[in-house]
Amino acid sequence: VPTPAHRDRVRELLGTGAQLVEVLPAHEYDDEHLPGAVNIPLKRMTPEAVAGLDQGRPIVVYCWDSL
Amino acid sequence: VYDYVAGKADWLAAGLATVGPGSAGYRAGAVARQGIATCETEETLADAGGRVADSDWTGCVVVNSVRVVLGVLGAEDLAAAGEVAAGSVMRIGPPTVRANEEVAPLVERMAARAIDSILVTDPDGRLLGVMVRADAEAALARVGGL
Repeated sequence: VPTPAHRDRVRELLGTGAQLVEVLPAHEYDDEHLPGAVNIPLKRMTPEAVAGLDQGRPIVVYCWDSL
Repeated sequence: VYDYVAGKADWLAAGLATVGPGSAGYRAGAVARQGIATCETEETLADAGGRVADSDWTGCVVVNSVRVVLGVLGAEDLAAAGEVAAGSVMRIGPPTVRANEEVAPLVERMAARAIDSILVTDPDGRLLGVMVRADAEAALARVGGL
């Protein structure tokens, strides 16, 4: 179960090398996303899709607001 | 794995940097003045007035220790400068907008209500700046938005 994180905590995590994943559709990601985020739309969240993430570093996922 | 529960909407509302063409539009946070005077409730009007003279706005925002907006002191409040505590005369709960508020419709609403400036805060109520309507109108005029 993901740990809920406030904005301040997210910024701390990013400062220590966390990976950001936006799960919105590609067109929303393309229009605007957080710096450094990669896009893995929720509907395409498969083991293959997340294989490129470094499991040794924290991963922060975000949607528009709550998932 | 962490869930940034408040998500992109929260990030934008806090005026933080983003990437992509959608970030190019005029938003309140982008045109807000940031060098504005602040004081805490127990400070005097004399202290607050002294800071306003060196700031980019005629008022002073009353904040707590983590810059959450509590009230505002206008030029007329500060004209009575003295040893009175800012917290005793501040106007409580001034209207605010988030940093990602689109400027054009905001300017229209402000003009309709004869509001010259409005505070910009993040979703936690922390002060980011003040958007002066004249600044926003000038910015929009430069890009043909007015």
